[in-house]
Amino acid sequence: MELAVEGIACGSCISKIEGAVKRLPGITEARLNFTNRRLRVAWADGALAPAQIVETLERIGYRAHPFAPLRAEQEEATEMRRLLRGLAVAGFAAMNIMLLSVSVWSGNVTDITPETRDFFHWASALIALPAAAYAGQPFFASAWRALRARSVNMDVPISLGVTLALAISVIETANHAEHAYFDSAVMLLFFLLVGRTLDHAMRRKTRAVAGNLAALKTDTAHRFAGDELVSVPVAALNSGDRLLVKPGERVPADGVVLSGASELDEGLITGETARRAVAAGATIYAGSLNYAGALTMRVTAADRATLLDEIERLLEQAASAKSHTRRLADRASRFYAPVVHTTAALTLTGWLLAGASFHDAVVTAIAVLIITCPCALALAIPAVQVVASGALFRAGVILNAGDVVERLGEADTVIFDKTGTLTLPEPRVANAAALDPELLQVAARLALSSRHPLAVALARESARNVPYEGVIEEPGQGVRTTLSGIEARLGSAQFCGIVPATARDPDSSHIYFAYGGRSASIAISQKLRSDADDVIKALAALKLDLHILSGDRTAAVCPIADALCIAQWAGDLKPAEKIARIEVLKAQGRHILMVGDGLNDAPALSAAHVSLSPIAAADLTQAHADAVFLGERLQPVLEAVAVARRARALMRQNLWLAALYNAVAVPVAIAGAVTPLIAALAMSGSSLMVTLNALRARRAS
Amino acid sequence: MNVLVYLVPMALGLGLTGLFAFLWALRTGQYSDVEGAALRVLSDEDVED
Repeated sequence: MELAVEGIACGSCISKIEGAVKRLPGITEARLNFTNRRLRVAWADGALAPAQIVETLERIGYRAHPFAPLRAEQEEATEMRRLLRGLAVAGFAAMNIMLLSVSVWSGNVTDITPETRDFFHWASALIALPAAAYAGQPFFASAWRALRARSVNMDVPISLGVTLALAISVIETANHAEHAYFDSAVMLLFFLLVGRTLDHAMRRKTRAVAGNLAALKTDTAHRFAGDELVSVPVAALNSGDRLLVKPGERVPADGVVLSGASELDEGLITGETARRAVAAGATIYAGSLNYAGALTMRVTAADRATLLDEIERLLEQAASAKSHTRRLADRASRFYAPVVHTTAALTLTGWLLAGASFHDAVVTAIAVLIITCPCALALAIPAVQVVASGALFRAGVILNAGDVVERLGEADTVIFDKTGTLTLPEPRVANAAALDPELLQVAARLALSSRHPLAVALARESARNVPYEGVIEEPGQGVRTTLSGIEARLGSAQFCGIVPATARDPDSSHIYFAYGGRSASIAISQKLRSDADDVIKALAALKLDLHILSGDRTAAVCPIADALCIAQWAGDLKPAEKIARIEVLKAQGRHILMVGDGLNDAPALSAAHVSLSPIAAADLTQAHADAVFLGERLQPVLEAVAVARRARALMRQNLWLAALYNAVAVPVAIAGAVTPLIAALAMSGSSLMVTLNALRARRAS
Repeated sequence: MNVLVYLVPMALGLGLTGLFAFLWALRTGQYSDVEGAALRVLSDEDVED
């Protein structure tokens, strides 16, 4: 079984985790993969329950969740191994052929005998042909697919160039000629495979992190089996199941309340921050947070709730209406392939008309194909993409799709959702500054013992993550304990013996604390992300047009927009209205970056040109976002835009560099003055230049 | 120049050994946890007291 483990910080965690798990009876294997934070365990049949392993890890301070590797991830692992094998073979072949080629080049200007040269050429052919057949497969396959679909991609000129170069080299070798192009052909494959492997490795790394996060997010539900409660994964729920939803938990599925009464926070679904009171008979939606009392509910996933239905319908529309923006690389190759092939054909006919022999004309035409070097062009964009997605990964942004960097770089308008995006996904203590710090610490540590959402919010203020001992929870009222002879109570005003102040802010909730003779009223409310103000200012400085579109009440959106100095905002929007506003902006020719987390934002995310979503977002929303950002700060949004803009500029630069290189090299090739030595130098030189330029994407500013 | 007949295949043979060593390492998962291997060296867990 594989477990995704959270909280691994340093090398000593390896021995701590493996040691603890191995001490359990019946464990035959426990090995932690530090790179992707996964623990593989195996145990003798029936020796222990998997839950014991999770509990053991929790005791020593790590959260672990069972992890089922996705099919896509396994396929990627196989693909990666295939690429690496191809890379190794191409690398080996390129090195050895180069060794032979250098001898031939230096021999050609001194006194190599034709026999020795032939021997070297045949040896090169022996290495190059099988190596190219093996390592070139990804390119040949992709080119074939493109041709069958009657289109042209970058792999078509690559495959054609490699195949023709090899073929002409074999013919030349058989005719005891001075020049052969085995080295160029294999080196081309090697360089391209390096680019492709790096690209793949980067994508796998982000995929692994995303997979772990998904595993850590999956929740279990409490299902009634007769009168007994059993924990089952949410995915295993069926329509008609009876569930218990405890306070502080999220509702695991859509359904109807059978008994109990509570208040639900539906912020994740509608963006609304005010809580909704529910009682028996009320319809509730998956993802709502249960605030007050335990609820018994029946799952009704079969007859979908109207809200979700509406969102899904909008999602489908948005996805189908999304214009397929053509990627820079595709545009370049569509332009490049015909030009190269025409040039080669013109060279051939030109030399024939000038009276050259057919053999010489063909050799020159192929030299043109080789020297135009799809190499620099094929590396120009992937190299920047790899470096940029690496930079984004370090900044805490995980990309879902390959061309996100390009699209992010084009964004000129940013639309934010409010709840959970500009504000923190979970509520926080709002009046910490007005409270006695010592008292707040005691209250926060006491709050660690409760699962109530308000207590959970308060517990975040605690400096120490160790709960007090002997804490008693009074359901629906609060928690109490005795600390060195003095009673401490945390909970409702009545429970703490406090008369609440009458004037209350409608947007915050209060929790009360009494300790000895002292007491405190702690206000809990949605807070802006700590760096929201700075990030918004910086985004505005980047000449981006900023908007807020929220599903929350207008009265709740207004102060946030004021605080952040965002002039264009709207509240009380339904998902369809959000899309309508996006369409209006799109019609003005803008490229929209949508940042949102709620289920109500999912259609808007798909409708926008490019979208970002915080890691705390609803699953459906995250699946529709182009990229996900981690952490509690908004900074990654700014970095994403900055890195992507720079990357886009570098991509264009690289394409121009490649074009410039061709402008210099092609006339030389047409003139028939290209020897294999010049071809090899030009190819490595241009690839190196493009790659080094791409490395500049590491710096964000 | 007859010596080349031996030297070139020998050079290729050495290169192939390296290639197969890499393929073996890949197949047996030596690259699956690159960061962990660097840190495991520092742990004393496997030392018998």
